[in-house]
Amino acid sequence: MNREDIIITTKRFLSEEFEVDESKILPNSNLQKTLDLDSLDYVDLVVVIEENLGFKPTAENFKSIETFEDFYNLVEKKLAETA
Amino acid sequence: MENRVVITGIGLYSCIGNGKDEVLDSLRKGKSGIINDVQRKEFGYRSCLTGMVKDPDLKPFLSRRERIGMHQPAMFAFMSTKEALEQAKLDVEFLAKNETGIIYGNDSTAGAVINTVDKVRDRKDTALIGSGDIFQNMNCTVNMNLSTIYKLKGINISLSAACASGSHSIGMGYLLIKQGLQERIVCGGAQEINVFAMASFDGLGAFSVRHDQVAKASRPFDAGRDGLVPSGGAATVIIESMESALKRGVPILGEIIGYGFSSNGEHISNPNFDGQYRSLNMALQQAGINDSAVDYVNAHATSTIVGDGMEAQAINSVLGSKVPVSSTKSMTGHECWMAGASEVAYSLLMMENDFIAPNINFENPDEDSAKINVIPEYQEKNINCFLSNSFGFGGTNSSLIIKKFVK
Repeated sequence: MNREDIIITTKRFLSEEFEVDESKILPNSNLQKTLDLDSLDYVDLVVVIEENLGFKPTAENFKSIETFEDFYNLVEKKLAETA
Repeated sequence: MENRVVITGIGLYSCIGNGKDEVLDSLRKGKSGIINDVQRKEFGYRSCLTGMVKDPDLKPFLSRRERIGMHQPAMFAFMSTKEALEQAKLDVEFLAKNETGIIYGNDSTAGAVINTVDKVRDRKDTALIGSGDIFQNMNCTVNMNLSTIYKLKGINISLSAACASGSHSIGMGYLLIKQGLQERIVCGGAQEINVFAMASFDGLGAFSVRHDQVAKASRPFDAGRDGLVPSGGAATVIIESMESALKRGVPILGEIIGYGFSSNGEHISNPNFDGQYRSLNMALQQAGINDSAVDYVNAHATSTIVGDGMEAQAINSVLGSKVPVSSTKSMTGHECWMAGASEVAYSLLMMENDFIAPNINFENPDEDSAKINVIPEYQEKNINCFLSNSFGFGGTNSSLIIKKFVK
């Protein structure tokens, strides 16, 4: 999955799960604020990532994520590790 | 000084109607809400008969976070509570600022629990269950969800008392308001409808198998009955002190004047005359009325030989043979945890509109039902005061007496 595929795929499942318009998911947008995530929502974020991308991020992984760009970087890295 | 306790809102999500207007029409027409749910046969049920309501689409009303912790009991209860609060002219802004409680009857979350367990079995990882399941799984699911959605700040407890849950929820709320401990309380009962919820009950062989005549399957008090028909949905009854209702200037639908309760202390499933007799008598004594003041009895009668028979004997002993009696379960089936609340709501609709809903399918009495006045067809009747019975497994009994409000 290349960078473009990652962006298209994650936009789709994140907007569907968290009921946010895809147009609001921009590389420099804040992930937590855009998706309106509270502590419980991070549990669901793990579930949808595992279901759609096949890996399970840790709480430690989320600490370094502020923007969607950070999130795409994490996904790229994790997919490369599991390839 | 004790408060007088009145009812200012009712809401119904029932197999005989989504909302009061549809339900009223069904009660007048004697319309059955029973269907054949064929997947039950494939699942291993003896009986496919059930009352049925659809899972409501809550997306127009609630956010993702508000919906994610809801399975059927909470979903159904949201629908009935929304309607009841609208009638009582109570909105979130008012509820957030004016202490209001919730005592809701519910006694299972089988569908939600099994869905969750299936996820873990499949994925072998609890981290992949998701955040909403815990709030669907707990028996207090209705309370957790509705109290947060509506910003309720008063008493917040679920009431689990088998098929008397909904009735006891109103009774316990009545006592708290009467004693001046609460101004208003959201009461009610919810009952899930899915193959997981009723399998063990079906296993007792207690359900009707009259598959070729679904509308005739639930026949309380009739000699030809062959068992009850399970059902579900939700019913909400908003109760508050008379002072609060008058101050808010909202219409008052009725006044609760008596709550009788008892436990049989005997067999886990078999009903018992003494327990029902004591519950009925206690309600009458607490109401301070004599038996002739009761114009209508909404019976618990579920369409089982022993249960209907015991109740007919108890009604005859306490209230005599002339008081009109009907079991709306003849139309709805047995709404179980919801029934005590829905049957108060059905009876309030009858009282408001001057009629008795028929005990459909009552064609031939047996020895016990011949001793009471079962109403088989729609009857115009001015009801000033009614009694609603609810009895449950484990021998829990509840009787509520409600009358027209006169200041």
